[in-house]
Amino acid sequence: MMFQTFAQVIDKKILTDQILLVTFKSEELTKDAKPGQFVNVRISETCYPYLRRPFSYCDVEGDTFKLLFTIFGQGTKILASAPVGSKFDVIGPLGNGFSFNYDYDNAIFVAGGLGVAPFPFLTRVLSNKKNIYTYIGAKTKDFVVTYGLKNVKISTDDGSIGFNGNVVELLRNDLEKNIFDGKIKIFGCGPAPMLKALKLLSEEFDINCEVSTEEAMACGFGICQGCPIELADSSGFKLVCKDGPIFNVKEVKL
Amino acid sequence: MNEINLKVKIGNLELKNPVLVASGTFGYGTESADFFDLNQLGGIITKSLSLRPKMGNPPQRIAETPSGMLNAIGLANVGVEKFIEEKLPLLKKIDTKIIVNIAASTIEEYVECVRILDKEEIDAFEINVSCPNVKEGGLEFGRSISKVAEITNKVVASTNKPVIIKLTPNVSFISEFAKVAKNEGATAVSAINTFVGMAVNVYTRKPKLSHITGGLSGPAIRPLALAKVFEIVQNVDIPVIGIGGITNFEDALEFLIVGAKAIQVGTHNFVDPSSPVKIINGIEDYLKKQNLKDVNEIIGSLQLS
Repeated sequence: MMFQTFAQVIDKKILTDQILLVTFKSEELTKDAKPGQFVNVRISETCYPYLRRPFSYCDVEGDTFKLLFTIFGQGTKILASAPVGSKFDVIGPLGNGFSFNYDYDNAIFVAGGLGVAPFPFLTRVLSNKKNIYTYIGAKTKDFVVTYGLKNVKISTDDGSIGFNGNVVELLRNDLEKNIFDGKIKIFGCGPAPMLKALKLLSEEFDINCEVSTEEAMACGFGICQGCPIELADSSGFKLVCKDGPIFNVKEVKL
Repeated sequence: MNEINLKVKIGNLELKNPVLVASGTFGYGTESADFFDLNQLGGIITKSLSLRPKMGNPPQRIAETPSGMLNAIGLANVGVEKFIEEKLPLLKKIDTKIIVNIAASTIEEYVECVRILDKEEIDAFEINVSCPNVKEGGLEFGRSISKVAEITNKVVASTNKPVIIKLTPNVSFISEFAKVAKNEGATAVSAINTFVGMAVNVYTRKPKLSHITGGLSGPAIRPLALAKVFEIVQNVDIPVIGIGGITNFEDALEFLIVGAKAIQVGTHNFVDPSSPVKIINGIEDYLKKQNLKDVNEIIGSLQLS
């Protein structure tokens, strides 16, 4: 069931210059939330900005949830400046979430930039069940977020920290070295070129891979039909908000 | 005895209140059931249906604009047959008027859709002659007086149910289109569909929408929509259902006061899915505070002097 309810800001952490982690409190929005799902936040009660802003659940603990975002446009600017105690009209939980078959031993998370957002929650849920490895790619060391993550390996475009190169190459090196013991599942979230590279990598090594996709959306629950993603066999579209945002890489065109 | 009457009539179609939800902003009618009791609605207008399923346009289909949004969904829908099999049984359980919106690329297709659906338990048709986001049909029809006349005539001849023609604002004089709809037997007109709009990403220098242009909706168009409704009610004796950027009861009342018999909540369903019921309650409260007993006292009560 989806809820439209007010969630109160109870904590704000500035992780870097531009990256914030905000904690909200709401029982309805947390009790059935799953990793990979998202909320749609009404930023302003006025008409500007008009549309809600979707954010992945970054973490859920008890009746609180965290959202991770970069201050980028008008919406995130308003959200970032909201004082602790303020309330936002939020719809959630939305979307399908990561699937939970446990037919693997190693969960590998691959995140590009703010694509780390859904993984603290997934780490929390899988922690006692699977070996977790997290691969983070970022532009520079200033954009690396490791909140709530385990066994982190980092790559940066400028080499300012970790591997100098992209995060899919970093994972490829480890796959070629055969460092993982047992069956693997990859979970990816990040920009479109990264997801595409991850799809190719998972096909090459024949590894099950799910990714969190993104598309401009309005409603977040399927009525506006604004967020199509093309099926791999070109037979039509699915909706990122309702059928996704999590898809197996074999299912969709990336 | 202190009951306030919210019932309105559009021809023979009686609505329990004047608040409908607009086509394309409420899915197939049941998706918003988590947010409020759908039985409270005056009516539900379905997503536009075509004879066969339509995939719709590739991404990007929507873009936010100041106080509104552009969309170019491209009439993505399941088609008439699947609608009757899968969607209509759920819709029929809701105690409200079900109005099916039809969009087609030929006049024959409109007629065929209406013939098939005429046998079903639905309350009225809304004929979309105004979608700006498809290659065939859509605006090509909606901007032609003779085509709107022909479509209205043939659709009305194919059903005994009320026929509502949804007009485009992308014309010089919308009232001329309302006039032919009336002359050809339409029960009412819905005014308005979206305005053709465009937005460009200055960093890629590409249009934000894959379809290049889209339909502009949301509060940004409300004053434009209101003026179009005013133009129709001043010039043509046909019931008008007002649409365009309605977000709250005051917005809705503007349309009713100008003369719309009912209103549709559209894009705001995406922003505040429970807004239709807030608007119904808001209108009722307003009437109480104004010491009025009937919403019909408000309709067309615009004071021009």
